[in-house]
Amino acid sequence: MLKSIRGFFEQKSVLEVETPLLCAATGTDPQLDFFSSFYHCAPENKAMYLQTSPEFAMKRLLAAGSGSIFQICKAFRNGEVGRLHNPEFSILEWYRVDFTLDQLMDEVLELIAELLGTSLKDSHKVSYVDVFKEATGLNPLVFCQTSYAEYAVNNNIKDAVSLCGNDHSMWLDFIFSYKVQPTLERHFVAMVYGYPAIQSSLARINPDDSAVADRFEVFIKGLEIGNGFFELSDANEQEKRFDQENQCRQQKGLVIVQKDEKFLQALHAGLPDCSGIAIGLDRLLMVLSNAQSLNDVIAFPFERA
Amino acid sequence: MAKYSTNEFKAGLKIMLDQDPCAIIENEFIKPGKGQAFSRVRIRNLKTGRVIERTFKSGESVEGADVIDMEMQYLYNDGEFWHFMVPDTFEQYQADSNAVADAVKWLKDQDICTMILWNDAPLSVTPPNFVELAIAETDPGLKGDTSGGGGKPATLETGAVVRVPLFVQIGEMIRVDTRTGEYVSRVKE
Repeated sequence: MLKSIRGFFEQKSVLEVETPLLCAATGTDPQLDFFSSFYHCAPENKAMYLQTSPEFAMKRLLAAGSGSIFQICKAFRNGEVGRLHNPEFSILEWYRVDFTLDQLMDEVLELIAELLGTSLKDSHKVSYVDVFKEATGLNPLVFCQTSYAEYAVNNNIKDAVSLCGNDHSMWLDFIFSYKVQPTLERHFVAMVYGYPAIQSSLARINPDDSAVADRFEVFIKGLEIGNGFFELSDANEQEKRFDQENQCRQQKGLVIVQKDEKFLQALHAGLPDCSGIAIGLDRLLMVLSNAQSLNDVIAFPFERA
Repeated sequence: MAKYSTNEFKAGLKIMLDQDPCAIIENEFIKPGKGQAFSRVRIRNLKTGRVIERTFKSGESVEGADVIDMEMQYLYNDGEFWHFMVPDTFEQYQADSNAVADAVKWLKDQDICTMILWNDAPLSVTPPNFVELAIAETDPGLKGDTSGGGGKPATLETGAVVRVPLFVQIGEMIRVDTRTGEYVSRVKE
């Protein structure tokens, strides 16, 4: 699989790069827990972090004028273990300068077809709003706690009512995971685009519709495989999101994370218009080989690492 | 009692849920893209035996349940309670009909059963997987009957009714699988 991926990008003249796994800064996302480590060599002592994704470093390269790049590397997320999660996992991440989100979605399909060795017969692109409405009848962009709660009670997920409360984003995560994602299983590949702006992460807000973000996710047989953005390049907006996420961390009692200043400087210097995506390679291998668990495709999973 | 975080959830862990002791059957970690992580858990209510599904926010903690499994020997029934004894300590427990439930039809004096204790009180009784019981009542077999073909109902000494082959006679001992309620074989004394 790795050989085919490298061949695929070589053909398209996308440069392979390598960035540090051990970084001086990490992301502020309150949903991502990182591994921290400590560098000591007197008189220098400092905390270092294992990357949760190579996104910041790769964007620094893009800002420095690298052009389109890809990377295959390890990423680390603390506390994530399960059938579909391993705290250490492989990522394929790539950025295409001047690509629209739509062009990138097409390239993802092309890559999956290449890995399968056949053309894709069943691929489906659908907007988040449409697929959410179709599965639940609810509007994901407008939060109405009463109608969400009513839906949950009537559809056997009443735990959501007490868990999610008035947290719009958590409601969306809950309903999407339980009720929407299973409907994607009927397509071999499903691409869901136009995520609600409150779940924009590092994506640009759509210039024509500020309620949605230019973000998409790829699902193969209903399994989430990757997450793509039209990249946010506005340094001030990025810094604002870091601050908001840090506030959120504070509310949840999590440690406050130092903003990655080198990354923000790179954005100030100017990130070219580009689209990028990260794909979980272990999951991709799992689903392409019809395995049931990541443990089947990782030589030494977390319990035996 | 200790509290358990969702990270510690695994099959067999006993927790309290809605004031009832429950056992975790399966725990799946769910985490959408950039979102909130959940634990989707299948749980058996140890009182009712019912299996339910619940979702917890990842990292949430739940009260543990003081539930233990213990091997005990069945002694006798006094008409209201069934009495059991821990063979090592001779400690005795009396279980009511709710706890004994369906196990009653397989209970034979001196058999070793598994008792689930909650806060040191009997919650349920599981009979041994295989029990050997005498046939109390069944139609007489006819000459020439073999193991193939048909069968007939037989009432055992404990009152349980199982289907046995035609050649099995009153007074004979048979081996029964209590999980399925099926005849396994005859037992030679």
